[in-house]
Amino acid sequence: MAWVNAIIQGVLTGGLYALFACGLSLMFGVMKVVNLAHGDLAVVAGYIAIGIIAVTHVPVLWSFVIVVPVMAVLGYALQRTIIQGALNRGVLTTLLVTFGLSIVIENALLQFASANSRSIGASLTLVRDSFSLGSQIQIGYLLVVIFAAAVIVLLGLQYFLSASKYGRLIRASADDPEAAQLAGADYRHVFGIAAAIAFGTVALAGMAYGMYSQLAPTTGTDTILLFAFAAVVIGGLGSLWGTLLGGVVLGVAQQIGAQINISDEVLAGYIVFLAVLVLRPQGLTARRTQS
Amino acid sequence: MTGPAPAAQPLLEVRDLIVQHGQLRALSGISLRVSAGEVYAIIGANGAGKSTLLRTIAGLHPPTAGSVLFDGQDVTGLRPEARARRGIVMVPEGRRLFGSLTVEENLRVGATYARPGTWTIERVYEMFDWMRDRRNQRTAQLSGGEQQAVAIGRALVANPRVLLLDELSLGLAPVVIQRIYGMLPQILATGLTVLLVEQDVSQALRVATHIQCLLEGRTTLEGKPADITADQVEAAYFGLAGVASATQLGEGSEP
Repeated sequence: MAWVNAIIQGVLTGGLYALFACGLSLMFGVMKVVNLAHGDLAVVAGYIAIGIIAVTHVPVLWSFVIVVPVMAVLGYALQRTIIQGALNRGVLTTLLVTFGLSIVIENALLQFASANSRSIGASLTLVRDSFSLGSQIQIGYLLVVIFAAAVIVLLGLQYFLSASKYGRLIRASADDPEAAQLAGADYRHVFGIAAAIAFGTVALAGMAYGMYSQLAPTTGTDTILLFAFAAVVIGGLGSLWGTLLGGVVLGVAQQIGAQINISDEVLAGYIVFLAVLVLRPQGLTARRTQS
Repeated sequence: MTGPAPAAQPLLEVRDLIVQHGQLRALSGISLRVSAGEVYAIIGANGAGKSTLLRTIAGLHPPTAGSVLFDGQDVTGLRPEARARRGIVMVPEGRRLFGSLTVEENLRVGATYARPGTWTIERVYEMFDWMRDRRNQRTAQLSGGEQQAVAIGRALVANPRVLLLDELSLGLAPVVIQRIYGMLPQILATGLTVLLVEQDVSQALRVATHIQCLLEGRTTLEGKPADITADQVEAAYFGLAGVASATQLGEGSEP
């Protein structure tokens, strides 16, 4: 029964990891940008939410309505300025620039928000309560909600990319920015929109993690970015459903590891990550053609 | 469509265009005037600067000097997407389709910023009748000739005023080239103007109302196909010295 519990908890945590990963996956899939500041931006979103709740006393869930658009606008602005500027100098430059951004954000958070951990909505019933399955399995409402949110985000993203005008332009610009220009599309604007969407999901990820656990200035790189990477690589780059699968595999591996020995939780996840890199480097849901 | 006499104002004009690729000078002062309804062909050997010229007109290369005028307005400073929306649309060399998109999606991207006009996706399907049945296929699964047709369709649905065709025949079988060029009258009948670059000289001479030959970034010959002899074309194409031509020869030498 303990193993069943581990698997259920793992699958649900996988939803959170998929939420971490989908913005990273989108930025890479469209702009070929590996955004090393991804996790830190999620933490920034969480801190903005904490700030908004503290100052305006809006209900916790209402803060989402403010933070997600704010991060989307920030995403568009960053893409159109420093990320596009780095892209113009070559794809590798984006690694340096986003790494620098990551350092700046982390230190700014330490400077202005201290090293203390904070959480979002710790007093909410949603965050604290759980329901029982049988006598031994306790499932937190929050994890179920996060998992559902991840599935909805991925479904929505899938639909947007495949059926909408801008989704089509995003895929076209990802394939060949110059040919997109010849069709009248400003790929820089299109990339900005893709970044805005990615940052919207980053905001959700940061706030979800702030409710599930705690946020500190370094959480972005030591947890969110690394788990996002692991989920993306396990699932297969550029595939949205692979991202969910990757998140779930990572979550289950961690929970099973924790079941064996509580200190092996994170290690078990990375062992699976490593195994996938060695045995199936294209990820579990391999796409036949890349670009 | 017959080539009209040089109108007071050409639809597309290039003045003294100079383009550098790093240290290399790709174009050294090219000028041309394309009137509405013309099929203007740029010919020349590999590396003559033909594609660079077309890409500069489309806005993909910033010129070092010179200007591009479209309908009397200077568009030299405009980005490629702005030129496309005004009606300068290019079918790029190598087709450059969106490989992960289907045939229909490629056309829909082309139509996103279309000017008002007669070309629609439906009309493209009527012209290339196989395309409708295969509209949900990825373009990577199509043959070279079929891809070229989709690339032309993607440009047409934008309702261009000037269609720039860069090396349509590249990598295609002669039969397929014939078939693609066979579509040109239908396209011209809708009032388009065509500026094309072609390595296949006989093909260019067959369809063009005006030809211009480039050699090492300079114009070596220009005129109406009827006024030009095969010897002149050969001399201009290879840069043979001592052969008279309509305009000045570059510093030609025996190959």
